[in-house]
Amino acid sequence: MSALLTVEDLRVRFPTRTGVVEAVRGVSFTLGRERLGIVGESGSGKSQTGRAIMGLTPPHAEVTAKRLAFDGIDLLSAPPKLRRDLRGKRIAMILQDPKYSLNPVMSIGRQIVETLQRHEKIGRAEARKRALDMLAAVQIRDPARVFDLYPHEVSGGMGQRAMIAMMLVAGPELLIADEPTSALDVTVQLEVLSILDRLVAERGMGLIFVSHDLRLVSSFCDRVLVMYAGKIVEEIAASELGNAKHPYTQGLLNCMPVIGAGRHPLPVLDRKPEWAL
Amino acid sequence: MTAAVSLEGLSVVYDDFRALDTASVDVEAGESFGLVGESGSGKSTLLRAIAGLAPVSAGTIRVEGRELRGARRDKAFYRAVQMVFQDPYGSLHPRQTIDRQLVEPLAIHGIGDGERRILKALDEVGLGSGFRFRYPHQLSGGQRQRVAIARALILEPSILLLDEPTSALDASVQAEVLNLLEQVRRDRKLTFLMVSHDLGVVTHMCERLAVMQGGRVVERLTSTDLVAGRIAEDYTRNLMVASKGFRRKSA
Repeated sequence: MSALLTVEDLRVRFPTRTGVVEAVRGVSFTLGRERLGIVGESGSGKSQTGRAIMGLTPPHAEVTAKRLAFDGIDLLSAPPKLRRDLRGKRIAMILQDPKYSLNPVMSIGRQIVETLQRHEKIGRAEARKRALDMLAAVQIRDPARVFDLYPHEVSGGMGQRAMIAMMLVAGPELLIADEPTSALDVTVQLEVLSILDRLVAERGMGLIFVSHDLRLVSSFCDRVLVMYAGKIVEEIAASELGNAKHPYTQGLLNCMPVIGAGRHPLPVLDRKPEWAL
Repeated sequence: MTAAVSLEGLSVVYDDFRALDTASVDVEAGESFGLVGESGSGKSTLLRAIAGLAPVSAGTIRVEGRELRGARRDKAFYRAVQMVFQDPYGSLHPRQTIDRQLVEPLAIHGIGDGERRILKALDEVGLGSGFRFRYPHQLSGGQRQRVAIARALILEPSILLLDEPTSALDASVQAEVLNLLEQVRRDRKLTFLMVSHDLGVVTHMCERLAVMQGGRVVERLTSTDLVAGRIAEDYTRNLMVASKGFRRKSA
């Protein structure tokens, strides 16, 4: 399997008044056309890793890496124009909350069409047709109606499907999903995940699934990276999660209340300072 | 045994929207009772109606045998009932120290002995006295939620209304806060009325629960029944399946 994405010693630093905060501290992995999960708590650097690959790190932060390459293109030395062309076309990102990440004053259909027109030479009728097909592909029952709706007029689950449609319409090769279902109700979560799962499989994309929910990630991905304090503490095949070696991974797995387990009190994480070294 | 909280045919209407539709719930004293449902099911509205934060259009609310009318609540009510909200970032005053926020309920109720009570409350929620003069932005989410719990406990209430107390927290911090809540309930023999969208959390914390959908209570059952799968309603079964996580349909 040829590597779609190579990340070697990725670091993201934020200069602050009280000194430099290193959010990502030397993350390395390679990704083929597979589903990779990145798990960790808030502040573990999982989202910043995804954002650095996408090129969405805030301008005052500093991103360095020995190598950060997408399909042979060195992302860090790529000119902004090239990165803009990649972004949305070949690398796409799904964000957590459709309420905040869709443009509130633009209809859903126009936002999807905009993605297409930015990246392809395409006529209006053709773009509209592709957008409608894409909305149908994310199982929106009445695409023509939803096409003309504004984000505030649809539910969270519908908004998230619209975002998936928008991200996949240009046919990206790598999809980064940053907590794509955390803002949704549990019942809707499953629907959205199965849609995402089907499309990723059908189109043979690489997927990076960023989440705080270890169980969810392990049921969705082939391989899981567990991050703590900006570093990868463990890499494990999702099927092997029960045999996780790192105490942090075990702690994350154990601390969730499980229906019918009846453990009182719940086991809590005993954070060891050496994990963050 | 009298019910600590007893709601009968409670309805809350905002303009044309019926947020709560003739909901009835009885919570025994000393019990931990859970409310589950999706967003918009009315579970938070139910808590807010008890606390006088939602416009009740029909039905009765009884707390420890006393019937409450309208949205006004007297001091005695707040001595008995306190609430912990979902978002610890939004529920603490950003420009007041923890000390100041803990003094406030004491001042309102004219309770002396503040020094001892504040230290005791902080100690009880596992924050040392070192946190006393800090501001909320200097604390993590879990620590803030502990402060919110301390503020609720400082008046020594008998009933706590908990509105998604851990859903804004990381899983590992959630475990700590849930353990803390169980501990204080045991120590003080409190009654809990707890709202959550997470069936795992509710079955862990509560002996009985009510499942809500579209403003109505669709099913009442015990946690043991839920665990054993003795479920009458399809909606509850769906929630149960959803909470087990993603399963790939094998081709």
